[in-house]
Amino acid sequence: MHMSDALISPAVGSTLWVISAGTIAYCSSKIGKESDERKTPMMGVLGAFIFAAQMINFSIPLTGSSGHLGGGLLLAILLGPHAAFLTISSVLVIQALFFADGGLIALGCNIFNLGFFPAFIGYPLIYKPLVNKKSGVSPIVPAAVIAAIISLQMGAFAVVLETVASGISELPFTTFISLMQPIHLAIGLVEGVVTAAVISFVYKARPDLIRTPFSPATTSGYPVRNIALFFLVVTILTGGVLSWFASKAPDGLEWSISKVTGKEELKGPEHGIYAAVSKLQDKIAILPDYSFRNTDETVINHANFTSKLSTEEKSRLGKSTSGLVGGAMTLALSMLVGFFLRKKTLQTSKIKP
Amino acid sequence: MQNIEGTLLNFRRIDLLASENSFIHRIDARVKILVTLFFIFSVISFNNHEISALLPFFIFPAAVSTLGKIPFSYILKKLILILPFAVMIGIFNPLFDRHVLVSIGSIEITGGWISLLSIIIRTMLTVSAGVILVCVTGFNTICQALNQMGIPQPFTTQLFFLYRYIFVLAEEVCSISNAYRLRSVTGRRMGISTFTPLLGNLLLRTWERAERIHLSMLSRGYNGVFNKIPVTPLNRTDLKFLFGWSFIFIVLRFNNLSVFLGRLITGIVE
Repeated sequence: MHMSDALISPAVGSTLWVISAGTIAYCSSKIGKESDERKTPMMGVLGAFIFAAQMINFSIPLTGSSGHLGGGLLLAILLGPHAAFLTISSVLVIQALFFADGGLIALGCNIFNLGFFPAFIGYPLIYKPLVNKKSGVSPIVPAAVIAAIISLQMGAFAVVLETVASGISELPFTTFISLMQPIHLAIGLVEGVVTAAVISFVYKARPDLIRTPFSPATTSGYPVRNIALFFLVVTILTGGVLSWFASKAPDGLEWSISKVTGKEELKGPEHGIYAAVSKLQDKIAILPDYSFRNTDETVINHANFTSKLSTEEKSRLGKSTSGLVGGAMTLALSMLVGFFLRKKTLQTSKIKP
Repeated sequence: MQNIEGTLLNFRRIDLLASENSFIHRIDARVKILVTLFFIFSVISFNNHEISALLPFFIFPAAVSTLGKIPFSYILKKLILILPFAVMIGIFNPLFDRHVLVSIGSIEITGGWISLLSIIIRTMLTVSAGVILVCVTGFNTICQALNQMGIPQPFTTQLFFLYRYIFVLAEEVCSISNAYRLRSVTGRRMGISTFTPLLGNLLLRTWERAERIHLSMLSRGYNGVFNKIPVTPLNRTDLKFLFGWSFIFIVLRFNNLSVFLGRLITGIVE
């Protein structure tokens, strides 16, 4: 969803409009001097193509949700930065006017957020250099994925900055960021994969269409294995390293409870089923509250080196371990669920006579 | 799939509405664009918690849509579609802004709810203004007006071409999606491995279509230059429309008409 006028202040709207209009003027002057005359109809028709392609939904593997192609990076690869920027802007104008998808003053913001980053950063600064490497292995998929992810992250960040600077929405910066960035990470991943897949397909039929030539060595299909590997690496990094910075501050629920009752957690009843189950949970929890048990020294002393660590380092190790263990188990669990559901739907979809 | 047929119908409906003949339709497109932008600008320039001062602004969409013969139900439908998205962002306001601003009897209304309502009213005003603009002007006329107002020619040419070929491409996507639905066994949405060849094929066909278009343009004498559309001067009605509405917006922006009328009426009652 594009930004709407109701959440923009006049200052932010005008500033972004000036920037976008300036970029449009710059790109227009570049196109005007363009020697390739096919550009003019090409931009129009490809703009219509992107507009129409955004209406086809496909299902994203490993999740139940559907997505559609954004198209910014794809246009940049096919047309180059300046033409792509104009094309994306024109599609956004149509969407704003005919579908109220984004306001008219906010159009400046939307053109900048959705057009500038893929066209002038994702494509020339990330995709092109990565793809031009003279290695034998075709790098389109990682190049497109990284370019798409970074473009979308920057776009999402720009949305947050503009909304917070406008001051109409009360959403604080950190909350907004923590909502927007992870969602757009996933969206960027899918966008990169689909863009790479389409480019590979087109390259096999018409190599002259792709401006940056690359070796067609591995242009068959999209490698799920590489994507899963990428996910695994990211999970390890997040669980292993980023969990160190996990805040000790109470989360939203604990904060609300503490405001209402004065404590962060409510004590359950002392007797009955609840008490029995919670005693069981205390016993089997390997990593209570995401760190090593303080009472059970055997776990920690087994690994001799850990007894020499300071408490700070021990708590970090505990958190890393929980992060990694938790991440691995979640991954395994989701794969199991996906696998099981896939088997089930294959069975139920068998044609009955 | 998103409703492709609905999209095409939407375009055609707007074209139909724009081809009517009314007082508003006859106003110069540049004036209509400027007045709409000024309207939106005035609306969004209010602070977070403003509600009563925003309400008189409904007079602009009401007047223009009535004079321009735009059905109220059409605008309402568009508003209903857009409202959930504005509420989605604004719904956080009541969570974060808990200062009580208004008490009606024993009910205390926090600033958060007031700003949420303000966001909803703003959305209704700005979206209806945009919808009405394109319904009383028509897209091609808007592009011409943009060109006359100084938007560079390559961009307005791009807009013209895009609009022209959206219908062609949307119909192609329509037949692709129908073909898929008729042939798919499981009835599920297509996966990426199906989507890629479909879209790749469409892209190749589109590219070849663009090359054919270019050749046909060349054979009709295209030399890379589009003739600039002559600038028609504004007549007195256009100028009266422009300055009249601008004056009204400025007055409404700096004077709370709702409060004024309320005081007037309660003054008479007392």
